Amino acid sequence: MSEEQILLAHGGGGRLSQRLIAEEILSRFGSGPLATLPDAASLQLSGRNVCFTTDGFVVQPLFFPGGCIGDLAVHGTVNDLAVSGARPRWLSLAMILEEGLPVMTLRRVLDAIRLAADHADVAVVTGDTKVVKRGQCDGIYITTSGIGAALPGFSLSIAQIQPGDKVLVSGCLGDHGAAILAAREGFPAEHSPKSDSRPLHRLVEGMAELAAGVRFMRDPTRGGLATILNEMTAGQRFGMRIRARDLPFSPAASALAEMMGLDLLHVASEGCLVLVCAASVADGILDIWHTLPEGRDAREVGIVTGEHGGRVILESAIAGERVVDVPSGELLPRIC
Amino acid sequence: MNYIEGFRDPAVAAHYRDSLARLGAELAHGGKDACFMEVCGSHTMAIARFGIRGFLPSGVRLVSGPGCPVCVTDPGYVDAAISLAEAGRIIVTFGDMMRVPGSRSTLAQARAMGYAIESVYSSATAMELARTHPDQEVVFLAVGFETTVAPVVAMLDGAIRQRIGNLSLLTAFKRVPPVLDALLVDPGIRIDGFLCPAHVSAIIGADAYRPYAATHGVACVVSGFEPLDILQGVEGLLQQRVAGRAFVDNQYNRVVRPGGNPQALGLMERYLEPVEVSWRGLGVIPASGFKLRSHLADYDACIRFGIDIPSGRPNPRCLCGEVLKGKIMPSECGLFGVACTPEKPLGPCMVSSEGSCAAEYRFASLKRRDE
Repeated sequence: MSEEQILLAHGGGGRLSQRLIAEEILSRFGSGPLATLPDAASLQLSGRNVCFTTDGFVVQPLFFPGGCIGDLAVHGTVNDLAVSGARPRWLSLAMILEEGLPVMTLRRVLDAIRLAADHADVAVVTGDTKVVKRGQCDGIYITTSGIGAALPGFSLSIAQIQPGDKVLVSGCLGDHGAAILAAREGFPAEHSPKSDSRPLHRLVEGMAELAAGVRFMRDPTRGGLATILNEMTAGQRFGMRIRARDLPFSPAASALAEMMGLDLLHVASEGCLVLVCAASVADGILDIWHTLPEGRDAREVGIVTGEHGGRVILESAIAGERVVDVPSGELLPRIC
Repeated sequence: MNYIEGFRDPAVAAHYRDSLARLGAELAHGGKDACFMEVCGSHTMAIARFGIRGFLPSGVRLVSGPGCPVCVTDPGYVDAAISLAEAGRIIVTFGDMMRVPGSRSTLAQARAMGYAIESVYSSATAMELARTHPDQEVVFLAVGFETTVAPVVAMLDGAIRQRIGNLSLLTAFKRVPPVLDALLVDPGIRIDGFLCPAHVSAIIGADAYRPYAATHGVACVVSGFEPLDILQGVEGLLQQRVAGRAFVDNQYNRVVRPGGNPQALGLMERYLEPVEVSWRGLGVIPASGFKLRSHLADYDACIRFGIDIPSGRPNPRCLCGEVLKGKIMPSECGLFGVACTPEKPLGPCMVSSEGSCAAEYRFASLKRRDE
C-alpha cells in the first residue's frame, strides 16, 4: 500500500499539515506574500493597504452548542483579517450543497451567516452555489473569502518579537474543539462546552491607540495555542515561557478534556486572540479587552525569553517544566 | 473542578519536592541509589505532562514500563484487523490504534483506502453500530489492560443479552501481573520499586501486588494519575527504599480497594480465561492475556472468520522492547526523533500518546535551570 495518500491527520493542523503545506503548496506558490503563511495576505491595491484571506468550512455536525457552520464561516474569515490588523469589509460566500439537504437546514445556516455578518459589520458581496449528488459531500461545505482595510498603526511581524515581550490571550482556550467533540460524542448539552465562535475585530480595533506596541497576533484555531506559539518561535533566537496556572480554560472544556484525555493546548478556539506585545502596553491592552464581552477572560499567560530559543516551555500546574510541542496528527484519546 | 485542582496544588507539590530531596540525601548517605518503574502509560504521560522528572533528586530514576496497551500490541494484530476490513467487515477501534504500524500499513492508511474503520471513544459505540447495521459484521478491536477489559466485557454482556448476533471481538487483552513477573525474573533488569497503575488496580485490587513485595523484595505503591498522587507515590517508594523495606502501599485508596472490583472481576471470570500471548518487544509471556471462553466462540472474530493472528515483523532496529523493559531511555534508541517520530512512528512506543517515546518526544523534560 502506497504511503502517498492524504490521511485525515494531514488536516489536523499539526506537523503533518505543516509538512504537506511546505512540500506541496509553498514549493509552488511560496515566492510571494504566501511565503510566511500569514492568516491574511497584506497587499497594495491602488496605493491602499488591503488584506485578503480565504477559508473552507466542513464542520460536522453542522449545528453545535454555541454556533453552526454558517456563523463559523463568517467568524473564521473575519478573524483572519482582524488578527492581520485589518478592518473586515467584504465577504464572498461559496457553498457546496448535498442533494437531499432540507431547505430548512439551508435557511437556518444562511440566517446565521446573515446575523454573524451584520454583527461583524461585513457585507456578503459575491457568492456561488453548487449542488453535488447525495454522498458526495456531507450536507454543506462553505468557503468564505474576505477583504479588509489595513488599520493604521499596526505593523505586525514575528521578526519584531523580542525577549521581555508579553504573551496575552483574549479568552478561554479550546472551547470550540471541545464543543464539537462533545456534540459528536453525544454528551448531554447541559454539561457540554459551548463553542467560542465569535468575531474578534472589536478586540483589535479597540486597542488601536496601543497598536505600536503590538508585535504579532494570531487566532489559535486548528492545533490550538501550542501550534500558534510554536509557529511564532520556530527557528527564532527567542523562546517563550507560559504558565499553566494563568491559562484560561472554561470548566466545561476542562472537564471534557480530563475525561477524554485531551490536552486543551492542542484544541481549537474560534473566538480567541493570541497576542505578543511590548511589556509596556500589556496592562493597557488587557484593560481595554476586559471592557468587551469577548475579552472578559483575557489574561497575560507568558513571556518571551532570551533562552530556550525556538522552543515553548510550559511551567506546569505543580511548577514542573516541559516543552510544548505541536500535535502530531489527529487528536486521539488514550485507550486505557 | 476543585477536585482536580486540589490534586495539582503547587504549594503541596513544593512540599513533596523538599521531601524527595531529603529522602534523596538520606539514600545517598546510605550509599544507595534507586530505580523505580512506572508501569502504566497514563503515569508516563502525566509524569511528562507535569514535568515530574524535575522533582527527582539525583540518584533516583523513574523508568517507563510496559503499561501502554497500544505499545505492546504485536504488529500481526494490526495486519489481522486490516485483513478483516479488506474482507468487508466494519472495524471499530479506539483512536490510538489507528497509527500503529502493522507489517504493511496502519489502520489510518487502510481507512484512507476506503475501508470501513471507525475510531470511537467508547466500546459501547461498537454495539450501537452492530445494532444499526444488522446486515453487516462489526468487529471491535478489543485492545487493553484490565481497565479496558472490564468495560468491553460489560459491553459484550449487553450484546449477548440483547441477542446482537453481528458483533465480534478481535481480542488483544493484556494482564498486568504476569508481565511484572516476567520483568522481575529477567536478570538484565533492576527494579527497586513499582509505581503501580491506578485504574488497572481499581479492577484487580492492591493485593495483586503482594507477591512482588513479599517474594522479590520490590517496593510497590499504587498511585493515582494526578501529579500530587504521583509525587506522593514516589515519596512512598523512596521511603521504602531508604528504610530497606518492601510492602504494598495504596496511595490511591480513594478509588482502589485491596480486593479490586468484585463485579468486574466476576464478569471477566465468566467470559474470559487467561492465555499465553505475545507482547511486542517482550515476547511470549504465559497467562499474560485473556481470550474469550469457548462457549463464546461466536463472538471471537478469529474463530468466527477463521483467521489467525499472524506473527508480525517489527522493524529490526526498533528498540521498543528495551524501552518497555525499562532497560534504556527512549533517547538512547538510534531511531528516536530521527527516523522515528510521532507523525511517522516506526515503533509502537512512539505511536500512542501514552507511549514512553512519544511522551519523551512531545514533553521532553528540561533540566531545572536553578540546578
